[in-house]
Amino acid sequence: MGIFLLRRLGVMLLTTLCLTFVVFWLTNLQPNLEKLAKTQGNMRMTDTQVASWLEERGYARPILIKYGEWLGVLPGYVNVSTDGSVQARCLDDGMTIETAPRYCGVLQGEWGYSTVFREDVSDIISIRLGLTAKLMLWVMILMVPSALLLGVLAGMREGSRTDRALSTISITTTATPEYVSGVILIAVFASSAVGLKWFKGTATSAMEDANFENFFLPILTIALFGMGYIARMTRASMAEVMTAQYIRTARLKGVSFPNIVMKHALRNALIAPFTVIMLQFPWLLNGVVIVETLFNYKGFGWTLVQAAGNNDIELLLGVSVVSVIVVLVTQLISDIGYVYLNPRISVS
Amino acid sequence: MEPLTSAEIIPRILWQFLPVWIALLGLFALSITFKRRSGLYGKLFDSTIGMIGFALVMFWVFTGIFGAMDLIVTHDALAQASGMKNKVPGTPLRGAEAGDYPYYLLGGDNLARDVFSRTIKGAWIVVQIAPFATLFAFMVGITLGLPAGYYGGKLDTLLTFVANLVLAFPVILLFYLLVTPEIVATGIPSYMAAVLFVFPLIFAGVLLNSRYHTRPSVRTPLLIGVLALMGWLYLSLVSDAGTPLKVLPGWLDLFDVPGGILVVFVAVVFVNAPTVFRIVRGLTLDIKTRDYVAAAQTRGEGGWYIMLWEILPNARGPLIVDFCLRIGYTTILLGTLGFFGLGMPPESPDWGSTINEGRKLLTIYLHPALPPALALLSLVLGLNLLADGLREESLRD
Repeated sequence: MGIFLLRRLGVMLLTTLCLTFVVFWLTNLQPNLEKLAKTQGNMRMTDTQVASWLEERGYARPILIKYGEWLGVLPGYVNVSTDGSVQARCLDDGMTIETAPRYCGVLQGEWGYSTVFREDVSDIISIRLGLTAKLMLWVMILMVPSALLLGVLAGMREGSRTDRALSTISITTTATPEYVSGVILIAVFASSAVGLKWFKGTATSAMEDANFENFFLPILTIALFGMGYIARMTRASMAEVMTAQYIRTARLKGVSFPNIVMKHALRNALIAPFTVIMLQFPWLLNGVVIVETLFNYKGFGWTLVQAAGNNDIELLLGVSVVSVIVVLVTQLISDIGYVYLNPRISVS
Repeated sequence: MEPLTSAEIIPRILWQFLPVWIALLGLFALSITFKRRSGLYGKLFDSTIGMIGFALVMFWVFTGIFGAMDLIVTHDALAQASGMKNKVPGTPLRGAEAGDYPYYLLGGDNLARDVFSRTIKGAWIVVQIAPFATLFAFMVGITLGLPAGYYGGKLDTLLTFVANLVLAFPVILLFYLLVTPEIVATGIPSYMAAVLFVFPLIFAGVLLNSRYHTRPSVRTPLLIGVLALMGWLYLSLVSDAGTPLKVLPGWLDLFDVPGGILVVFVAVVFVNAPTVFRIVRGLTLDIKTRDYVAAAQTRGEGGWYIMLWEILPNARGPLIVDFCLRIGYTTILLGTLGFFGLGMPPESPDWGSTINEGRKLLTIYLHPALPPALALLSLVLGLNLLADGLREESLRD
């Protein structure tokens, strides 16, 4: 188990490095940098001015060196221009070039500065991530139990009418992406044209003060899309367990049906859905981006859209690092949990 | 003129779909008559769920095709009519001339365009892109997944690592990174297209060569013919006037894919291919232990022959089912791209963009956003039901 964990962690680290490098490379392409120079400096800069602007701020160097600096394994650049002013990567307000640290990258906790929000990237990300965590928590609380319930009810009598009805429901929800279900839910429950007006169509106010009225629709929208898939997996797993020999034995012994389901089948049937639930995280991240945009809830996904749409390079890098790490950690947890839950699987 | 009531709108919409109904009826009549003689496709008509799914899918396919032929649409999808902004369904067209359809059946959107016609035109975009993108993703996934599973070793480790890299990437972030105008200007999507679209060529070449290499008199002309034709198509697809890859002179260039669409296509193929790769690899790992593979190895067949002519045909069941599901997923991805305004031109009638435009006024005007949303829902639902039906029927033997 120890070696397995170590190897997984090693692969994870390598994956993170590769992915962050790809993002770094894609965000630091020449057109992006020129756009950055023009938005930060002056819209009417000439090409030579753009080039010197980029030169001064250390953008005009090989990508690997810049990546090393961003990561914090290479010392930050120091540029002394002809008029004596100093530009350096690690130079913050109130520092001189002597007191400034040599290394300042992600590893040192310096995530950079957002050009759109005019704040430190680490501050933005921690606040936004907190808001999204609140959303995700409620999504999980709603999604997981209802999906498992749907799946178990459908799978315990395969082919019955309940099974057909519940399976159709879960297929429908998997076929409804968030931007469709969100639009339909807003249309039905929040629109002034229909007149139901049970909920609010935006979740902006839920950032400070979440209540049922302003927070339920976004939660439901994300939960619906993920729910169907988990329910189908649970159903398949439950149906398989219900045909197992030991269930038949229990039946022949005269154990009542609810008892068979609750005490004999359920535990074995829930191993497979566990992995699926953990692997849903990357999908949920997608859903979060769509739903936060749709309901104007200014969380992590919303930040991603803002950063990507406004060429905010350092914020976008920070956001991608966090999301990639979230995805990889959930994959790791799902692998470990699977081994832990299922004693028949062993890792060598 | 009076606005139409909903009891009048529905028959009119159904009437507009008349060519689709005829085509569907014809297709079902033919298929059910010959269902015993058409293999898995025929068996589909034994399962109710499969039939419903197939009907939904074919409804949108026919709608897309006839819509592109201007049969169903009532107005130009891009034309704006004065005074029709955000008008409710059934509003008569102001200042309609003879020959114009007198109503906006599903109302007007916030630029006074006909919602009904835009939804129909949107179907054509999906019907064009989604199956092809999925097909290309399958070509890439199969061509890489078979050797990864069959040979294993370093190749497998490397390819699996790369596939996992792409899979660990949040899809929307990838789209934002690939489909922005700045990245398109550097030509990266064009180069990716050049790489990804080469896989069908490799696939076809290896497929034919491994089968006929013992008979050079058949193989050589066949390979030259097929590869020349596919190569020409490939070059006309890849070479485009506005991109760095301009290899073919204009008179040889068969068709030009509009820039935005090509980028969208590449992004969708790129996102889907790793999952297909993993499925194919898993299936290969399973099937290569079978006796008929051992028999072929003993006969001295080459690796690619075994992979393409022994393993692949036996993996077709799960692959066909996944193909249907994946078209649905691709449709969702296309909608996501449109929803974030990525890739497609802003006036494009595709469903994602239309939903995105409609959602801004959603609490006041429902009608511009709902039809494309329901259309997308029904198409993806149809594909999922079809996949379910296929799975059930293919498990039955």
